[in-house]
Amino acid sequence: MAQRIDVKDLNIYYGSFLAVADVTMNIPARSVTAFIGPSGCGKSTFLRTLNRMHEVIPGARVEGSVSVEGVSLYSSDVDPVAVRRQIGMVFQRPNPFPTMSIAENVLAGVRLNNRRMSRSDAADLVEESLTGANLWNEVKDRLDKPGSSLSGGQQQRLCIARAIAVRPQILLMDEPCSALDPISTLAIEDLIQDLKDEYTIVIVTHNMQQAARVSEQTAFFNIEGTGKPGRLIEMDDTRVMFSSPSRKETEDYISGRFG
Amino acid sequence: MATATAAPAFQVHRIETRRRVTNHVMTGLVVLAFLLAMTPLVSVTWSVIAEGYKQLSPYFLTHSMRGVFGGSESGGIYHAMLGTVLITLAATVISVPIGLFTAIYLVEYGRGPLARAVTFFVDVMTGIPSIVAGLFAYALFAVILGPGATFGLIGGIALSVLMTPVVVRSSEEMLRLVPNELREAALALGVPKWLTVVKVVLRTAVAGLTTGVMIAIARVIGETAPLLLTAGFSDSINSDLFHGRMMTLPVFIYSSWHKGYVPCNAGDVACNPNINFERAWAAALTLIVIVMLLNLVARLVARFFAPKTGTH
Amino acid sequence: MTTTPTRSPQGAEGLRRSRRSGVGSGLFAGLSVGSGALILVVLAAVAAFLLIQAWPALTSAPATLHESIAWFPDKTSLVSFVGPLVFGTLLAAAIALVIATPIAVGIALFISHYAPRRFAAGLGYLIDLLAAIPSVVYGLWGVRVLVGQNGIGQPIQQVLHDVLGFIPLFAGTPARPARSLFIAGMVLAVMILPIITAVAREVFLQTPRLHEEASLALGATRWEMIRMAVLPFGRSGVVSAAMLGLGRALGETMAVLMILSPGFTYSWHILEAGKQQTIAANIAAQFPEANPLGVNTLIATGLALFVITLAVNMLARWIVSRRAEFSGAN
Repeated sequence: MAQRIDVKDLNIYYGSFLAVADVTMNIPARSVTAFIGPSGCGKSTFLRTLNRMHEVIPGARVEGSVSVEGVSLYSSDVDPVAVRRQIGMVFQRPNPFPTMSIAENVLAGVRLNNRRMSRSDAADLVEESLTGANLWNEVKDRLDKPGSSLSGGQQQRLCIARAIAVRPQILLMDEPCSALDPISTLAIEDLIQDLKDEYTIVIVTHNMQQAARVSEQTAFFNIEGTGKPGRLIEMDDTRVMFSSPSRKETEDYISGRFG
Repeated sequence: MATATAAPAFQVHRIETRRRVTNHVMTGLVVLAFLLAMTPLVSVTWSVIAEGYKQLSPYFLTHSMRGVFGGSESGGIYHAMLGTVLITLAATVISVPIGLFTAIYLVEYGRGPLARAVTFFVDVMTGIPSIVAGLFAYALFAVILGPGATFGLIGGIALSVLMTPVVVRSSEEMLRLVPNELREAALALGVPKWLTVVKVVLRTAVAGLTTGVMIAIARVIGETAPLLLTAGFSDSINSDLFHGRMMTLPVFIYSSWHKGYVPCNAGDVACNPNINFERAWAAALTLIVIVMLLNLVARLVARFFAPKTGTH
Repeated sequence: MTTTPTRSPQGAEGLRRSRRSGVGSGLFAGLSVGSGALILVVLAAVAAFLLIQAWPALTSAPATLHESIAWFPDKTSLVSFVGPLVFGTLLAAAIALVIATPIAVGIALFISHYAPRRFAAGLGYLIDLLAAIPSVVYGLWGVRVLVGQNGIGQPIQQVLHDVLGFIPLFAGTPARPARSLFIAGMVLAVMILPIITAVAREVFLQTPRLHEEASLALGATRWEMIRMAVLPFGRSGVVSAAMLGLGRALGETMAVLMILSPGFTYSWHILEAGKQQTIAANIAAQFPEANPLGVNTLIATGLALFVITLAVNMLARWIVSRRAEFSGAN
């Protein structure tokens, strides 16, 4: 049931400042798409417009269209809350709720929406989501311990479990490994490979090897200078992007000549 | 310079005497200022204990002043404690929702001129003299019910005018301590903003919010002047906030002290000429103990119920 | 993936707005905005209701006021009745401020720059305890320790009079017992000490470390560092702290009511009894026994107090907020 995303002529503003200009791209369903580019090029900002999280920041707005399976996310009768329920997000730093146990963290998306759920359904959902996040075996004996008692990598997988527990169609990941050690990073990358059978995954990463390892498509964003908007330079199959990119900037960036 | 002198010796032993002395004198003055401020604290504590223990007894805490005359040592402050609890409760019930929602507005929703105006005037409101709050509550009910209305709820409203800005300030501070990441985590799960605020932000901040409310209560529980104007004096137990005068501990302290010495006949051993002062001090001791307990419990709540943050 | 989550059949069509959550959000946001606005309404209501209730006194002829109010002097307009009260209020607050500010600055420096780091919070808490003591208890204490028979108020007043008696402020016969404005001001000083200390301490702690280290690296002693880096940085903060203390001292009732022997003159002799009175203490003293027009008159004086404290507080907050803008993001 994973869904495709189509973006057309998208401009993103903070107040009057144009942060990202003129992005058009198609993200296919059931695949992993990576966004790469130098710091400040707007890739995270762009990612946040895909589930309308950017509007949490005061003054942020967009022009253009983002649609999921043909439904425009920004039309007036669309509820941003419903959008976020179907398009999950994992953040740069693991952010489990400190007041909740591991199990409660997984159930947070359901419970926080005031939805009732029988005890056995809840237990099933916890197991299913934690299994899906490759965390079940590590935490099944201490589900009632606080989420913050886990290691950083485990916390991040808990956040992924939390995100998939609301059964989204799409998962957005904003540099999910940048705060983690290499072993935890590997665990997350394996998980991404497993998840792409069911979800459309979009991942922002600083790490080009990571993009090459996990993604099928790669989009390269760049910025001309401070104060200028970030732009999508090109997007293609990951293999093509890393072997023979069509734009010079991409090649420079990938071969490490700048950025 | 034509005649170059030898390089000056590497002087690290003593700086000039004048500078050294100034430094020491100022250090002394600064320490003195602190000690000077401690003397009233110690002196007040000592006075209240030394004078207050004389009349303080279980009997004193469980009886009212109804039918107590002259220099008799009977009577107590039960009616005043009850009034203080009820009126403070009324003030809390009014202030906490308004204060908390205002803080939520300022932290979660507030942008633009209204938010700036609210921030500014909350600060200004903390400076309203307590007696003016009393006059306001009196005037409010004088306009509604006609002059001379005196009952507990008016006092509660007067106190809530003083308490609300304190609740806003402390709650605002606590809500701002909740990391933004948690809000984003909840929003990204498709939780509506208001449920995010209720179930994540408020729940994370609940210990701090409780502490803030308790400290706000401690701040107003000792207010005398506004209650003098609104709830009045009484010797009897009154548990109805909506009818009749209601005694409170601070007003009891003032009115007992105000009554002054009792003239006693020579040889009347049952007559204690100092009884009114002794009652005032005993009530003061009770009040201080209540205030200090509130402060202490508030700090314990903050320490032990604060959520463990995600830092490892 | 071994388990296949059973999905609810929600396509992209599930993105539409649901009515239920809309109501909850709207209600909650409405309550928040409403509460914020209510704060402004209350402040306006304080002014409005005081004005309504003061109106009969404001519009009565002086003769009427004198006839129907026992304590209202003859041949005096309301303005010339309030005048000495305003004078007394300002003088008492000024005394408190002059005593409290330097001590508070000293305490704030002690806590921020002299005391060992790990005691600093505890020492700050001790000072805050001074604010927790109810004003009526300060009144009792002031009467016992300063005014009473063996009180230390009388010797202090005598020494001040003997040494500084040539200054008009300390002229006149020192009161026995010491129910003077000076003693009342001393107690007020204790009461406003915590707020001035708290604000000053905050400001001193914000001194950029770079400035402090720069002056220490130039070979400054600790005091010279404070004079070069901390005090200039904190000056406007101390000013606004003092103004906040002033606002509080202007409105303090019980301590003045219990200590001061009142009088209604424009006398500068702060060591004498029966010369001055403050607005707040006068209201508390007369209110319980006052007749309706008397109450209106007292509310009119309360309105004057409200306006004065409002002006002082707004000025103080304005200074603070201006400071915040300048030292803000950098």
